[in-house]
Amino acid sequence: MSEREIISVTVQRGGPDTPQRLQVFEVPAFESQTVLDVVSWIQQNADPTLTYRFACRVGMCGSCAMMVNGVPRWTCRTHVNKVLNGGKIEIAPLRNLPVIKDLAADMDPFFDKWVAAEGRHHPTRSRDDDIAAINPEQPERVVASSGIECINCSICYSACDTVAGDPDYLGPAALQRAWTLYNDAKDADKDTILDAVSGKGGCHSCHSMGSCTAYCPNGLDPLSAIAGLKRATTQRFFKGRAK
Amino acid sequence: MKAVARAHPLWLAYILHRISGIGLALFLPVHFWVLSLALNNAAQLDAFLTLSDLPIVKLAETGLVFLLAVHMFGGLRLMALEWLPWNAAQKTWAAAATAGAFFISIIFLMQAI
Repeated sequence: MSEREIISVTVQRGGPDTPQRLQVFEVPAFESQTVLDVVSWIQQNADPTLTYRFACRVGMCGSCAMMVNGVPRWTCRTHVNKVLNGGKIEIAPLRNLPVIKDLAADMDPFFDKWVAAEGRHHPTRSRDDDIAAINPEQPERVVASSGIECINCSICYSACDTVAGDPDYLGPAALQRAWTLYNDAKDADKDTILDAVSGKGGCHSCHSMGSCTAYCPNGLDPLSAIAGLKRATTQRFFKGRAK
Repeated sequence: MKAVARAHPLWLAYILHRISGIGLALFLPVHFWVLSLALNNAAQLDAFLTLSDLPIVKLAETGLVFLLAVHMFGGLRLMALEWLPWNAAQKTWAAAATAGAFFISIIFLMQAI
């Protein structure tokens, strides 16, 4: 049997209490190996102190995103042979978020902004009422449906240079969530949503660089969602608030 | 570690728009100052305009027209992107139609010259 190929994996280690450093691991290559497999191999075979985060391993939970060769990616569904650069890979925690330790980023700011963008349901009915029938073909519903497959992985937030330059900016995921709710017939408080996304750090801070849409692993389009919020807030500015 | 990857078309369009804008912002005050010479100091203006025969200045003028064109189309792109609720296919067709019209008009212009 021929000797296995070896991948040279550079991993960013450390956290707020320890100095950040780069550590290189030699990892054997396997067929259909994902970047998450590589990280798991290191933790199980080379250094059990390596910290990282994952749960579902099938691209549904959004917890395993990391920077792979400078690109934010969902590591569980990123094949090594797609990102291998001269037999090497560089893995780092997600950008634009505090590091807890090694490859685990602190997602709190990301989810706090989700709440700040009014990314929560404002019901039109109570539990005593019948469920409202929704026509899936209705244009607003089509717009809302195009954004609901977000898995909260924070890849768009990590990819965004506006987030990097403006700590108050709500970011692509939270704004796309707001746009989804704004177009949802079952959401009763559109004005509150527009208030939340039109202030400092809101949708008008977006510079339309498009990295969110370019790197979204689920093929969503936060750039267009934010553009939708820009139109909606501007229309409200000129037409006045809904009575 | 590797720098953050940014080389996708939308980001390149963004940075091109910004850099061309900065270039034009630096150029315009000088441009207006030179124009003002027509009122205040015609001799100095004529002396300055002889510089425009230099190849390097002609090259710079080409660069200037490039910056203007890039910034104008970048601005139109941005307005279409943000203000028109089009889907991706509609935007692609609109861009293709603009590029096609631009190409045909330039060919026409070059033949006329």
